[in-house]
Amino acid sequence: MSRLVGWVFVLPALAVYSVFVLRPLAATVRYSLYRWDGVGPSTWVGWDNYRAVLTDPDLYGTIGHALVLVVFFTGGPVALGLSAAAVIRRAPRGRSVRAVLLLPQAVPLAAAGIAWSLLLSSTGAVNRLLDAVGLGGVARAWLGDSSTALAAVGLIGAWALLGLCTTLLLVGAERIDPALYEAARLDGAGPWQEFRGVLLPGVRRELGVCVTVTVIAALASFDVVYVTTQGGPGNATSVPGLEVFSLAFAQREVGLASALAVVLVALVVAVVAPVLRWTR
Amino acid sequence: MPLPRLRRPGPHAIVAAALVSAIVVGCSAPGGDHPAVTSATAVVEPDCGTGPVVLRARFEAGFPLAKALTDEFTRQHPNVTWDVREEQFAVLAQNAPRLLADNPPDLARLPQVSDLAADGLLRDLDGYAAWFGWDDWPAAQLRQMRVGPGGRPRGEGPLYAMGFSASVTGVFYNKDLAERIGFREPATLAEFDDALARAKDAGITPLAGFNAGAAAGLAFPLQSLMAAYGSPEAIDSWIFQEPGATIDTAAGTEAVRHLQRWLRAGYFDADLNATDYARMVDRFASGRALFMVDGDWESGALDRRLPGRVGFFLVPPLRAGDRRAAMSAPPTFAIPARAAHPDCAAFFLNWAVTDPTARGITVRVGGALPLGPGDADRPPVEPGSVTAATIAAASRVAADGTGMDFIANATGAILAESWSPGLQELAAGERAPEDLLRRVQADYTAQIGG
Repeated sequence: MSRLVGWVFVLPALAVYSVFVLRPLAATVRYSLYRWDGVGPSTWVGWDNYRAVLTDPDLYGTIGHALVLVVFFTGGPVALGLSAAAVIRRAPRGRSVRAVLLLPQAVPLAAAGIAWSLLLSSTGAVNRLLDAVGLGGVARAWLGDSSTALAAVGLIGAWALLGLCTTLLLVGAERIDPALYEAARLDGAGPWQEFRGVLLPGVRRELGVCVTVTVIAALASFDVVYVTTQGGPGNATSVPGLEVFSLAFAQREVGLASALAVVLVALVVAVVAPVLRWTR
Repeated sequence: MPLPRLRRPGPHAIVAAALVSAIVVGCSAPGGDHPAVTSATAVVEPDCGTGPVVLRARFEAGFPLAKALTDEFTRQHPNVTWDVREEQFAVLAQNAPRLLADNPPDLARLPQVSDLAADGLLRDLDGYAAWFGWDDWPAAQLRQMRVGPGGRPRGEGPLYAMGFSASVTGVFYNKDLAERIGFREPATLAEFDDALARAKDAGITPLAGFNAGAAAGLAFPLQSLMAAYGSPEAIDSWIFQEPGATIDTAAGTEAVRHLQRWLRAGYFDADLNATDYARMVDRFASGRALFMVDGDWESGALDRRLPGRVGFFLVPPLRAGDRRAAMSAPPTFAIPARAAHPDCAAFFLNWAVTDPTARGITVRVGGALPLGPGDADRPPVEPGSVTAATIAAASRVAADGTGMDFIANATGAILAESWSPGLQELAAGERAPEDLLRRVQADYTAQIGG
C-alpha cells in the first residue's frame, strides 16, 4: 500500500521526465540505427553510424577538441575559484567582490560570446592593450587564427563559468567551522597547509558540483562555439555539440547526428560518474 | 512517525522506465509519414479571387525586396493580406524540411531545392509556368530552379521555385580610391592583378573579404576565378550534380592557385578568417578597401551610402574580349506542396515579375534586374549609380548565357562542411590548392552517392 502511495507521488514527475527526457533519449538511440534525412523514408543501417563516428577523423576529432575545452572550462574556474575562496574568506568586505565575481554567471553565454569576439577581434580591446604594452607583435585575430582559436574559445567559457565556481566554493568555505582553522593555526600550519588540510576537504562536495557542471559544459558546449567561430577556422574549434547540430539540420544526416549524440552522452556519463562517486 | 526508508531503484524500475519510453516512442522506422502530394500540372485561371485571403510567407531577414513587393501587392489587391515572418537564411535552411512538412506557408524563401523537391515537399510549378507563359522566357533564367526526378540532376525537369530577380556577382570598386591609383576597369585578369598590386603599393587594402564562420566567403572570388580559367557550363554541371561531374579539374586548381597568390600577397586584411560578411561590407562602404567581390543585392545600399562613388565590373577573362561569367542565381521562392492558397501565391509570383510597379520596386529596393520575358520593359535607373552598373552587367550575363549557380549550392552540406573549412585553411596557409579541391570532391561524391 505504502509503495503504491509512493508511486502516486512520483507519477507526475515521472510523466514529465518520460515525455521530455526518456522519450527523446530513446528516440535518439533509435534514430542512430537508421540512415534518415529527417523527413523522408529511413533505412536500417545497424551500427554503421557508430562505426562512422569512431572512424571519421572529422567526427572523433571533435571529441578531442571537447576534451581540450575541459581543461579550460574546468581547470580555470576551479583553480581561480579555490584561490578566490581562500582569499576572500579572509577579506572583511567580501560581499561586493562576490557580486563582481558572480556577474559573468548572469550573462547568457551567447551574449558573452559576442562580446568576447569583439574584444578578441583584430582591432579589439585585447589587441589594443597588447599594443599599448609593447606586445603588438603577438596581436592577431585570436578567434580567426587556427593556432589560438580553441584556446580563445576555452578562455571565454572559463570566464563565464568562473562566477559559478567561486560562489559555490565560497559558500562551502563559509560552512567550515572556524574552530578548525584555529586548531590548524595552533598546530603551526601555514596558509598552504591550511588550504590543503582544512579548506580543500571542507569544500569537497561543492568542488564536485563545480567540476561536474563545468565538465558537462565543456563536453556538451555549443553556444560559445556557435556564436564565435562556428567550428572554424578550418575545423579548429569544431565540437560534438556543434557537429550534431550541423549533421542533423544542415546535412540532414539525422541518424549519424543521433549516433554522435549518443556517444557524447556516454562520454559525459563516463567522465562525470567517477567525479560524483569521489565527492559523495 | 518514522520516515519510510529510501530505496535505490532496482533493476525492475529501470526496465519499467525503458518500457515506458519504448511505448511512447513506438517501434516502427522513423520518417515517411508525410505522403507526397501529387502536384497539379494543369491549372485553371489561377488568381486570388475576390474574397479575403491571408497569404502566409517566410522570407529572409535583411533582404527587404520580398516584403516590399507584398505591400505593393496588397495595395493593388486589397482582398489579399499577408502574414510574413522573416528569418535568418541559415534558420530558414535548417528548418525548411520540418516547416514544409508540418506547417507549410503559402510561399517560402528556400535554399537550393533538390532535396525538398525529392521529398515531395514542394509544388511542381510547371502548370503555372505554362499558364502564365514563364516557359517563353529565356530558359537560363529559371534553369537553376528545375529539378530532375529524385532530386538530381538540377537544371532540368519540372520547375520547383521562382524568383523576382536575377542577381549577379562581380567586383565593386570605390571610385575615390580608384582615382588615387589611376585605375581603369580591367579587360583581362592580368590587368586586374596589376591594379591589386598597385593598390597594395599605395597602402590601400586591395580587397575587402570575409571568411569567418561557416559562410565560405572566399568562395565568391574563387568561383569567379574558376570561371575565368574554366567555363561556367562545367561549373554548373558540377553544381547541378550531373553524372560524372567534378570540381577537381586542372582549370579549377589554377584558379585556387591564383586565389592563393592573392592571399600570399596580402591583398586581403590579415584577419580575413575572423571577418564576417557584415564587417566586409562595412569596410568597403567606409572606404577602407578598393575592391569587394560581392553581388548586386548590395547595390541599393551602396547607392545610398556612397552615391555615385561606387563602380562595378564583372571579373575579367584571361584573354581580352572573351566572355565574362558571373554567379547569377535568382533567390528562390517556392510554393509548398501542402500550401493552403497555391493559386494565389503563384499569381503573386507572376505579378511580381510582370507588373510595372513591381518591377520598379525590384530595381529600386533590390538593386537587381527583374526576371521576365526577354523583351520586358526595363525600369529606369539613376545614371552613374552602381545599380545601373550591376543591372547592365546582369543583362550582359543574361545575353551571353554565362550565369552560373553558386558552388556552395551543390549539395546541402557542401558549404558548411567542405568549402568553409577548406577555404579557411587555404587562407591560413595550411592547405595546398590541389588538396582543397580533392577534399571537396571527395565530400561531394560521398554526399550524393549515398
